[in-house]
Amino acid sequence: MSELRVSLTRSLAYALLTVAALFMVVPFVWMVSTSLKTDQFVLSMPPQFIPDPATFESYTRLAELFPIGRMVFNSLLAAVVTTLGQIVTCAMAAYAFSRMKFRGSNLLFLLYLATLMVPQQVTITPLFILLRYLGWINSYAGLIAPGVFSAFGTFLLRQFFLSLPRELEEAAFLDGASHWTVFTRVIVPLARPAFATLAVFAFMGSWNAFLWPLFVVRDPELMTLPVGLATLHGRYLTEWNLVMAGSVIAVVPMLIVYLFAQRYFVQGVVLSGIKG
Amino acid sequence: MVGERGWRKTGWVLLFLLPSLSGLAVFSLTPIVASLGLTLFDWDLLTPPRFIGLDNFAELFASDDFWAALGHTLYFITGYIPLVLVLALGLALILNQKLRGIMLYRAAFYLPVVSAWVAVALLWKWIFNPKFGLVNYLLGLIGIVGPGWLFDPNWAMPAIILTSVWKDIGFVMVMFLAGLQGIPADYYEAAAIDGADRWQSFWNITRPLLAPTTFFALIISLINSFQVFDQVWIMSGGGPAGATTVLVEQIVKNAFSYSRMGYASALSWVLFLLVFAATAVQMRLQQTWVAYE
Repeated sequence: MSELRVSLTRSLAYALLTVAALFMVVPFVWMVSTSLKTDQFVLSMPPQFIPDPATFESYTRLAELFPIGRMVFNSLLAAVVTTLGQIVTCAMAAYAFSRMKFRGSNLLFLLYLATLMVPQQVTITPLFILLRYLGWINSYAGLIAPGVFSAFGTFLLRQFFLSLPRELEEAAFLDGASHWTVFTRVIVPLARPAFATLAVFAFMGSWNAFLWPLFVVRDPELMTLPVGLATLHGRYLTEWNLVMAGSVIAVVPMLIVYLFAQRYFVQGVVLSGIKG
Repeated sequence: MVGERGWRKTGWVLLFLLPSLSGLAVFSLTPIVASLGLTLFDWDLLTPPRFIGLDNFAELFASDDFWAALGHTLYFITGYIPLVLVLALGLALILNQKLRGIMLYRAAFYLPVVSAWVAVALLWKWIFNPKFGLVNYLLGLIGIVGPGWLFDPNWAMPAIILTSVWKDIGFVMVMFLAGLQGIPADYYEAAAIDGADRWQSFWNITRPLLAPTTFFALIISLINSFQVFDQVWIMSGGGPAGATTVLVEQIVKNAFSYSRMGYASALSWVLFLLVFAATAVQMRLQQTWVAYE
């Protein structure tokens, strides 16, 4: 009796999970399916789930109509520079906050935390004005630079650095090592998992960002994929095969990153509850 | 600490802090302070800024657009938060039963989380298409004539809420899953020995011990949903007939379509204060239902 009950609950659990998982996956399948359709079958009713004929026409047309390759490059450039920049600047500041004693360090750290509370929308208008004075509107510098520095990343790495034992660096200091040597030779190698966690979130945040790139970049040659997609949609309103092809291009690289770095995503959520 | 004294020490501290600190000072601290100052000015970026005191706030609180945007933001929050929390908790409870294939399911639920909002919003705009979309096709199969969704003032916000729940459910679920895995298994074993059924052990063990996680998930979701923007901008643009206009969308329109920098800043500070107040209220309330060990 009880064994029957256990196996019944199990089956029910699997059934529920599978239905829920289908809800998640089917829309993505629909995205890919739509992108492979020819114009005449996109709006057919009942809808075709498996496109017949299936073609890459939308993708080639997208490349002709739109600087999509350039946008992929822009997104990649922004994401890579943002990720590397955040790791370097956050790691250095986190070292100072976790390993050096100096006057005002607590106050300064509180200031870092305080900036985390302020939503992005508050800073966006004055930031735009500031970059206008710098002449950085419509430039890679304006697109990327503000994202390179992160109070959140500093906080995340500081927490991790604090958990590292002090014995190793004390031995190194006794041998006459400088802070720089301790940082690069002792702390950084031990902190690789924390860097990986910060890296996946910095990359995802930059790759998926919409609000700031929407403001700062007008020239299609400088647009990242999300802004490009919005523009594409505005121009080819009803050509869903074209729009879905663009969406596939925007989504797939991130899915690949996710599949390879799954555990760091989970760790990041657990550590912080941030999202891109 | 072993090491340097005096100026040399200060030099090291500066060296490590300078990149991060100078960047945040320029791109974060200065704009925050400047934004507060901007709220007192009328400025279109073309003519010199004009000091107008608190007029921006006076205009804002008298503006129908502001109250409509606030109302729709609250509508979004009251629809989105209960749905995403309950569904994510349900999924996490099922996933936590040591089933096989948990990695695969977790990956499936997490796919929308890592996808760009713009792509997700476009995808669902297509799925909610009244004539050729999947949703109305499936509704048609069971004999229901689906609404116009994003083209219908009554259905546009529900469509945006459903899309947002779909996108974020995996994220909230992973938080709950982490919280559930932190509850020691012997509590449940002890309860089972004492003859507790499933519901009793959920109510007396899971519920109280998961409360800190629930609180955390609630706060994060609340902060994020006050800032709802990408999906609205792409899916409805605030329409139809202003039915989905939200606070951030108002900020964006005022700053970049109407070049009203001061007014947009005032809006953004009202948003910040609302988020802050909502968080503070939750912090207060948590004392009544969250007990930390």
